[in-house]
Amino acid sequence: MFKKLATIDRRYIYVIIAICIIIPLLTKIVLEIKVSPPVQSAYDSMEKLPTSSSVLFSIDYEPSAEPELQPMLLAILRHAFKKDLKVIVMCHWPLGFPLGQSALVQVAKEYNKEYGKDYVNIGYRPGTEAIMIGIGREIRDFFASDYAGVLLDSLPMMRAIHNYRDIGLLIGLEAGATGDFWVRLAGAQFGQKIVLGGTAVTTPDWYPYLQAGQIDGLIGGLKGAAEYEKLVESSGRGIVGMTAQSVAHIAIIVFILLGNIGYFAIRRK
Amino acid sequence: MKRAVPLTITFITGFLIIIGFFIPHDPIGGLQSTFLQWYAIIVGFTMVLGLMTLAKVHTRKILRREAGFGYSTVLIGAMITTLSVGFYSGVKYGIFETGTPFMWYYNNIFVPLSATMFSLLAFFITSAAYRAFRARNIDAALLLIAGALVMIGRVPVGDIIWSKFPDVAEWIMNIPQMAAKRGILIGIALGMIATSLRIILGIERTYLR
Repeated sequence: MFKKLATIDRRYIYVIIAICIIIPLLTKIVLEIKVSPPVQSAYDSMEKLPTSSSVLFSIDYEPSAEPELQPMLLAILRHAFKKDLKVIVMCHWPLGFPLGQSALVQVAKEYNKEYGKDYVNIGYRPGTEAIMIGIGREIRDFFASDYAGVLLDSLPMMRAIHNYRDIGLLIGLEAGATGDFWVRLAGAQFGQKIVLGGTAVTTPDWYPYLQAGQIDGLIGGLKGAAEYEKLVESSGRGIVGMTAQSVAHIAIIVFILLGNIGYFAIRRK
Repeated sequence: MKRAVPLTITFITGFLIIIGFFIPHDPIGGLQSTFLQWYAIIVGFTMVLGLMTLAKVHTRKILRREAGFGYSTVLIGAMITTLSVGFYSGVKYGIFETGTPFMWYYNNIFVPLSATMFSLLAFFITSAAYRAFRARNIDAALLLIAGALVMIGRVPVGDIIWSKFPDVAEWIMNIPQMAAKRGILIGIALGMIATSLRIILGIERTYLR
């Protein structure tokens, strides 16, 4: 019996995990979300910005990270538009561009925002680090036009925006190492205020930046997205997904316990 | 000469980029900006090069009927479809405008496929955790306990079971995890500085091969 506990067929594990995830997602049971200090700091950084300040969103993820980061993007965009901030969206990962565009169009519509006046999408340009340094001097050196080829100077909200000095907060939504570059280049060299949001896998890498004051907030994984949704009072995929994640985590812990019980029982024999 | 020219270019551009960090004003700042724009252009071309190489390698595989050529056929087919839909949408409706055939293709085919690949991790991680997280010794036991506490403390149900679980998870993330991470980060940063200096000064020349 103990041997069976220590050697459960992986197919049973897969089926149980699938059930643990699918049922909560279908039933849409919502659990109470507690906001953690890093997410609260991120929210406060945005909250402190004066009306009409500019916020630069960097979409540095692709569809593989969409389930975790898209709910985060939607929640932060809602916060930005609710506060009447000017939103600029750019991306360093070319395949992330349509995700940013879809979210921007969707949320701008909810808040009746106008393209060029309230928000702008400057799109993708290759050369991650070069662009980050280049924006410190003049954004037009790299983004002479927006994603559709419209010159930045012909977009009313962009006329007064030239470099990091004109950007109140940078929100980097990251699935890889681009967040590190933002901290090292935009943060260290130009003193840009930064909030990072990342997948649950990448977020632990940025805790040192948060503690050292190099970033102003940190939103980690689907949990971070759920916490932000709670703060902006806009329930989305983050909050619903947390129930599924709760059940899945418990299932993983139970499997680990079973494995260890089997392991120790066999070893004692 | 074959080596001297690229080494000189590397030295001058690398040196000017570093100086530009401390003196952002012209003429250094202007030169730095020009070099960075060149860099961005070169990166753009590498993407085209990558696309061409990918197409060439897989087309050759299909023509020679090499093992796994079926996957290559799917790849080339998907590449041609994506490019065709992208060009059609771009010309007719404008690049990346919502509601275009390209955005439909992206949202309904590419996003679900890509997200599914990443989501499979949930199954593999559970299976791997079940097999690998055995308290064979003190180190493994510590890793197991820390992992379990973070897992339970990072989800709402942890707070329901015991209100201190989130605080315990946050403490693990803020103290022991961060100490290890900071050590790794400092090591990486020192390694990067050393390697960059070796490249700029021409000591490290493997990139010329």
